[in-house]
Amino acid sequence: MGGVLQVDGVGQIYQAANGEIEAIKEISFEVEKGEFISVVGPSGCGKSTLLSIISGLYTPTVGSVYINGSKVCGISRETGYMLQNDNLLEWRSVLKNVYLGLEIRRMLTPEYKNYAKELLKNYGLYDFKDKYPSQLSGGMRQRAALIRTLAVRPEILLLDEAFSALDYQTRISLTDDVYKILKREKKTVVMVTHDISEAISMSDRVIVLTKRPACVKSIHNVSFPDNEDFPLQRRNNPDFRRYFNKIWGELDVHV
Amino acid sequence: MSMYKGESNARAAYLRKIKKRKIYVASTQILLLAAIIILWEVLARFKIIDSFIMSQPSRIVKTFVRMLSDGMLMHISVTCLETLAGFILGTVLGTLIAVGLWWSSFVSRVAEPYLVVLNSLPKIALGPVIIIWAGAGMKAIIVVALAISMIVTILDMLSGFVNTDREKIKMAQTFGASKSQTFLKIVFPSNIGRLLNTLKVNIGLSLVGVIAGEFLVSKAGLGYLIVYGGQVFQMDLVMCSVIILAIVAALMYRCVLLLEKYLKKFFNFTSV
Repeated sequence: MGGVLQVDGVGQIYQAANGEIEAIKEISFEVEKGEFISVVGPSGCGKSTLLSIISGLYTPTVGSVYINGSKVCGISRETGYMLQNDNLLEWRSVLKNVYLGLEIRRMLTPEYKNYAKELLKNYGLYDFKDKYPSQLSGGMRQRAALIRTLAVRPEILLLDEAFSALDYQTRISLTDDVYKILKREKKTVVMVTHDISEAISMSDRVIVLTKRPACVKSIHNVSFPDNEDFPLQRRNNPDFRRYFNKIWGELDVHV
Repeated sequence: MSMYKGESNARAAYLRKIKKRKIYVASTQILLLAAIIILWEVLARFKIIDSFIMSQPSRIVKTFVRMLSDGMLMHISVTCLETLAGFILGTVLGTLIAVGLWWSSFVSRVAEPYLVVLNSLPKIALGPVIIIWAGAGMKAIIVVALAISMIVTILDMLSGFVNTDREKIKMAQTFGASKSQTFLKIVFPSNIGRLLNTLKVNIGLSLVGVIAGEFLVSKAGLGYLIVYGGQVFQMDLVMCSVIILAIVAALMYRCVLLLEKYLKKFFNFTSV
């Protein structure tokens, strides 16, 4: 105990007209403050369900989630949730898009506004603040979506396949950017992905889930020398392959 | 440099070609109209067609000039006013009802078969009922116009609201958006383009409703003039009214297009 996030025996059963679907079962793990955790698993295994439960969007059928010791019920203000698509609103400028979360949470104060602008400045989007999403590149759009999530100052960031809609090159370079942003903002991160390389290149720990109903199969500590700790550098380290093969071997992938 | 110049020459030629074609189309359109009018007039003058039944351009113009001092402007403005009222009421009420149905999926499930039946029913068939309920006058005509445009608006806007991108809604919900916030910040703005399209359809439908209503019951308006003219066998008056109606309809559609253009700019629609 003592982690910022505790997932305690969480299970989710969906009811549908033609029967029950058990998406996840008995998942427990803890995340320390500032840690970067990745969750990998076969596609359709319920990874996204797990994130939705942590964010408070879904209430689990069994078990609970605790953030800083208090139980999550309803949308948690401590978490920021970033989906696969940037979901930027085409009719709002970049700045207005970044303000969206603040508007919804009624936190559109000068202090938060300045923080949002600061984020835009630090991450190279300030000059584009009056542009519209259609005028941005895919990588810029995703960064704008990240800043929208960070603007409400969440303690824990949940990334749901946040890079998989991008093309390969954009994805690799954006991963580096995002990694730096998150480390600098000292965020605790839980990232769901189907891309093992992405998981290894960014995380401190990788949680491998089984196929549906998903439960925790294994947890891998990932560590690289401090001076080679950015995602791109990690990918060049010989250990990278070793981690990759180990995790690959554990995933139940059937084509 | 020379290549650049070659390119810009090709470009200039291309633009010239497009402009030329535009002029051809427009001049042919005008000539065609003029030819029809002249042929009509000539055939009537030489008694090849009966101008009592077919009317005649010069007589239509005379009728128009005579009617100008005899309430033509009043008739035009009555029809415009009724159409505008039906259009605005139909669009606003239709959209509001669609919002209500989006809000409660239970109510919308209950209402669905009724809406489908109402939509396929020709609303003109309700004319006599509406006249008896709303009274034989302008009110009834506006209600007919409203009934025609409202049902379509409800169905169209509701399907737009329901089919709003679920991911965007989920994104808003991850920030804890309430139902009204979800509607105001995501669902409604996502459907502005659809609303603008609905406006274009509704102005036409509303005019159909008004003319039908004026046929049934009225003492003024272009629909009244058409029916009156037909009853007293004044084909000049009928033709004159129909032509004015065509112009009014085209102008109203233009106005809605202008409104659409302005609103699109206002809401920043780069591609709808």
